[in-house]
Amino acid sequence: MALIESVGITKVYKLGDVEVNALCSVSLTIERGDFIAIMGPSGSGKSTFMNILGCLDTPTTGHYLLEGTDTAQLNRDELAGIRNNKIGFVFQGFNLLPRTSALENVELPLLYNGISAKERRQKAITALKAVGLEGREGHHPTQLSGGQQQRVAIARALVNDAPIILADEPTGNLDTKTSSEIMELFVKLNRESNITIILITHESDIAAYSRRIIKFLDGCIINDEPVRKL
Amino acid sequence: MINIPSTIKISFRALRVNKMRSALTMLGIIIGVGAVIAMLAVGTGASQKISEQISSIGSNLLIVLPGATTAGGVRMGAGTQPTLTMRDAEAILKECPSVLDVAPDLSGVAQIVYGNQNWSTGVRGTTPSVLNVRDWSIDEGKSFTEQDVKSATKVALLGQTVVDNLFGEVTPIGKVIRIKNVPFTVIGILSRKGQSPTGQDQDDTIYIPLTTAQKKLFGTAFPGMVRIIMVKAKSTEGLLDAEKQITGLLRQRHRIGPKQDNDFTVRNLTQMMQAAEQSTKVMTLLLGAIASVSLLVGGIGIMNIMLVSVTERTREIGIRMAVGAKTWDIRLQFIIEAVTLSLIGGIAGIVAGVSGSKVISMIAGWATIVSPLSILLAFSFSGLVGIFFGFYPAYKASLLNPIDALRYE
Ligand SMILES: Nc1ncnc2c1ncn2[C@@H]1O[C@H](COP(=O)(O)OP(=O)(O)OP(=O)(O)O)[C@@H](O)[C@H]1O
Ligand SMILES: [Mg+2]
Repeated sequence: MALIESVGITKVYKLGDVEVNALCSVSLTIERGDFIAIMGPSGSGKSTFMNILGCLDTPTTGHYLLEGTDTAQLNRDELAGIRNNKIGFVFQGFNLLPRTSALENVELPLLYNGISAKERRQKAITALKAVGLEGREGHHPTQLSGGQQQRVAIARALVNDAPIILADEPTGNLDTKTSSEIMELFVKLNRESNITIILITHESDIAAYSRRIIKFLDGCIINDEPVRKL
Repeated sequence: MINIPSTIKISFRALRVNKMRSALTMLGIIIGVGAVIAMLAVGTGASQKISEQISSIGSNLLIVLPGATTAGGVRMGAGTQPTLTMRDAEAILKECPSVLDVAPDLSGVAQIVYGNQNWSTGVRGTTPSVLNVRDWSIDEGKSFTEQDVKSATKVALLGQTVVDNLFGEVTPIGKVIRIKNVPFTVIGILSRKGQSPTGQDQDDTIYIPLTTAQKKLFGTAFPGMVRIIMVKAKSTEGLLDAEKQITGLLRQRHRIGPKQDNDFTVRNLTQMMQAAEQSTKVMTLLLGAIASVSLLVGGIGIMNIMLVSVTERTREIGIRMAVGAKTWDIRLQFIIEAVTLSLIGGIAGIVAGVSGSKVISMIAGWATIVSPLSILLAFSFSGLVGIFFGFYPAYKASLLNPIDALRYE
């Protein structure tokens, strides 16, 4: 059984009389432990698809099966549970809580799965360390640079040891050096902990870290092939 | 699984971020709870005072006064013409089945002298049954007897105020005082009774045998004349019967024809006081109800602010949902915020209400009583207000779609 199975997923946004077909019948299968890069021009439906994979949004038609379960059959709280312990999500726009320290932002997913306060703190500190933000635990988002905020968002996705990490342009605000550090981290998580990673990127050198590249255009998959390692 | 301590922490932080707003929202509850407590305190104080007065004048008491309330269309003050006698009193006791006891009374104001002290007070000639009729007791010494009344003995029972003013530290029992220059021996002291419903000091009085008052002090227009007759009915339910029986008996005894007005008046003090007590209770309820409206308004204030807060923090709700917050995590967060607002407001309101009622009783001179029940009621009511008015905004927040909440601008 595949980890992720997308069966003919479409997404139609209705804006008044205008209908936007953000996704047109996307079908694909992703196995456990894979490392996938999604590429494509702006507006091609990458984020829309990623939101559906992350159980944040629902498809207009089609089915999304996670570990064999049709997510359409799950209620709000069951979906919340999946977002909490199965998926680590890095948002395109970070989505950090304002007026809240980096540490507490990273702790947030743990708040909702009954881990003790002490253990929460411990795990959050470890995750922040992994993204190179040691010593910034007490900083609020406004006191951090764009790249640092992005790394807090990545730490939050790592903190609950989820088997799947979905990252929407995780290196979009990072310099080349930090970008490659983050990508090395993803590669390590993928290799050593067998974590499935799906990330969206516009840069082919970032995509090169993955093992399979899926290309979107106007809401459709136009290309899906493994990366040839040199 | 809901993490209550963390949820409480989150709610407190949100309240702290908007200190001014939280304080103003609480103010609505403070005023509401304070008003409820103060109003109930005023009402409870008033009805307590009335029931104290009811028991102080004596329970189940009727008073027969001479003179009609109206005579030939002309309103005459009751008690203007003497028409009642000692015999009337005896007949009432003997012939009215609903009557327990009677005490006739002939009184006047007189100068009392003891040693070099003097005091002016009401001297009431009556019978020993007055103690039973007025629910009064002897503190020291003893009462005079029927025998004293028969033989017009010069003995006196003193009220506490008279004792205080004439004797000070000296023991009055056995001492001789002069009333209108007639020497009387003090044989007993009445227990303290306090103020009457009309605000008179009931302890400022002297009781002497009726016949002594008639023959030695005040004189009578006709033999056996008394000013009033106090009657104690057997029960509260029997008060109306007693009133009817007395009226019938006296009309017959005074030979009043069917078309003629009474030459006496029967007053039902207990009934009057009970009516007053009843209306005070209604007033208490009304005051409380009006004050509750302000509590309700305070609650709506909380709801308003919570709705604003939910809208403002839509993105925050989206983020929390995206990382796994469940329906009740979100709901509890906002309900706890609302309840915290209302409970802190409630506690401050209780303080305000209690001190407010103190101020009222100081300024207006009203007795106010803050009952523990009203505090408990106000506190739990403010908690309920928080839950009730917090629930809708919390419910609204919990129904948001995570992706829509995240995209909210
Ligand atoms: N909430 C929405 N309402 C209406 N249309 C939407 C909404 N979200 C996305 N779209 C439309 O769906 C299409 C796909 O958008 P999406 O965000 O998935 O693009 P993307 O591939 O992630 O682009 P980028 O690389 O710029 O992030 C776009 O044409 C966009 O206008
Ligand atoms: Mg996008």
